[in-house]
Amino acid sequence: MKQRSSLMFASVFAVLLAITGCGNKGNSGAGGASVVKIDGSSTVFPLAEAVAEEFQKEKQGKVKVTVGISGTGGGFKKFIRGETDISNASRPILKEEMEQAKANGIEFIELPVCFDALTVVVNPQNTWIASMTIADLKKIWEPEAQGKVTHWNQIRPEWPNEKIALFGPGADSGTFDYFTEAVVGKAKASRGDFTASEDDNVLVQGVSGNKYALGYFSYAYYSTNTDKLKAVSIEWEKNKVKEPVFPTMENVLAGTYNPLSRPLFIYISLKSVQKPEVKEFIEFLLKNAATLAKEVKYLPLPDKAYEMAGTRFRSLQTGSGFGGVPEVGLTVEEILNRPPHS
Amino acid sequence: MSAVQKIISRRKRQDFLFNIVGIACTLIGIVTLFALLGDLVIDGLARVDWEFMTSFPSRFAERAGILSSWVGTLLIMLVTASTAVPLGVAAGVYLEEYARRNWVTNIIEINIANLAGVPSIIYGLMALGLLVYQFHLGQSILAGGLTLAFLILPIVIVATREALRTIPQSIREAAYALGSTKWQVVRHHLLPYSTGGIMTGIIIALSRAVGETAPLITIGALTFIAFLPPLPVQTEAPFVSLEWVNSPFSVLPIQMFNWVSRPEREFLTNAAGAGIVLIVVTLSMNAVAILIRYRMRKNIKW
Repeated sequence: MKQRSSLMFASVFAVLLAITGCGNKGNSGAGGASVVKIDGSSTVFPLAEAVAEEFQKEKQGKVKVTVGISGTGGGFKKFIRGETDISNASRPILKEEMEQAKANGIEFIELPVCFDALTVVVNPQNTWIASMTIADLKKIWEPEAQGKVTHWNQIRPEWPNEKIALFGPGADSGTFDYFTEAVVGKAKASRGDFTASEDDNVLVQGVSGNKYALGYFSYAYYSTNTDKLKAVSIEWEKNKVKEPVFPTMENVLAGTYNPLSRPLFIYISLKSVQKPEVKEFIEFLLKNAATLAKEVKYLPLPDKAYEMAGTRFRSLQTGSGFGGVPEVGLTVEEILNRPPHS
Repeated sequence: MSAVQKIISRRKRQDFLFNIVGIACTLIGIVTLFALLGDLVIDGLARVDWEFMTSFPSRFAERAGILSSWVGTLLIMLVTASTAVPLGVAAGVYLEEYARRNWVTNIIEINIANLAGVPSIIYGLMALGLLVYQFHLGQSILAGGLTLAFLILPIVIVATREALRTIPQSIREAAYALGSTKWQVVRHHLLPYSTGGIMTGIIIALSRAVGETAPLITIGALTFIAFLPPLPVQTEAPFVSLEWVNSPFSVLPIQMFNWVSRPEREFLTNAAGAGIVLIVVTLSMNAVAILIRYRMRKNIKW
């Protein structure tokens, strides 16, 4: 009896080994053809998908591209382990991520690929609001406001004595990090008593269903819902334009929608640049990103920025222009003019 | 009215009340289900056509399809079934027929019951550490399939044991009396008689696995993938290829999730369409389970 049961165990074990064994040959992916692996931010995903779709069409299936949505942080984790060629990011790489990359021998090139404008939105029935200053927004969103700033007239006395319903992205999102950094002055410093969702469509529903609502999210979710939402123009005392600025393509391209317009990035592993298909993919991206960004309702960079990004890519300048410290209110030229370092 | 009659009429009233409450509770479930299904069908049925089934994802909602995700779902299920079924059935047979009743088997039993209730994301994390990083399977169909196999293994084991328990003890005793070995009893009597129950359990488990998203996202299933895994058959020797198990993949629930969170509203129709396909897959798996059980029950008489 004993013999028999151990025989059973042995055979089961053998089956397990056989199954797992055939995976060990490597995870090169789809049978022989070259694959460009992209992962990271879901905010950058629509653009990456569009570029991947067109690139594969042009290559007629000779090169395969995969895009995942592990989030900016999750994408960097894989990138640092050397599992992906390109990492999408809605914020610059952080210091600790740079250190880990260095320890693993991963060098990278940082390229801005398009803009996102964080849009502050209210209900279309909101008649009292024309513009807001960054100071107004800070008054609402700073951590000290929690439980205290609850009515519109607490921000400006002429606004109605009604309860504000606040909507914003969840704490894991890069949008949340950038907004808090730009408005409150410290990333992730925010009041907690607002309706948070990782799905921006939920925020759209929330703001469009409540007359006294206020929310913020990516421009793409505003521009596809202009019938349900009203954008608020933003005034910032450090801005070169001394009047309220609306989130529009012209203003973002002119660099006047500050500090709420932010560049989105891709990071390319230096090892992967040696693969011709990755190099071709990036060249294709730089050439077509402006057109494709508009198609997926994103905001392209100025033409000059794509040229500068191309120069940086071709001369293989590695490292981040931010040195691991996130900053807000920079124009894309400023970012690209900085010598990147690791 | 006598005291007895009073009591009887009160009991009858209680019975009637419970009946009403019961119907209401049942209706809540059924009405919700049908409202959801109806909504999905209204939103998405027009979108489900041949082109939708045979197109890759795209940035244009009207051109986007679910080819890579339904093929991914199918292949994942294939790996899951071919791992979880032999392992689960063998483990169930061992525990029910071979294992001696002692504290070790008790602990194993309790653990299997507990494993069936572990949240699926935990399996995803375990698979990420073990399969993806330790065994270097990568973000492949193999890793995804094995993850879901771990997830449903406890369900298959429990279903197998339940099915074996329904076989009368006299059958085993009669077979032993004729000099059968334990294996012969299992092979010629127990397994054939319990196939219906086991199959039902397996299919219910698989239809749970088909809708799982969290563990697959954790191990790194992709969202945009516009190519299919290599074919399992080749024109040259050895004619069969297992290369597809190493291929990256996407599955239907992940594709749906991505479409729902897109800014353009046209993608919602696509998500509803993908939802219909997923529900049809799940419901037809359940239908097959019911059919098998019915057939098997009809053939067995003791």
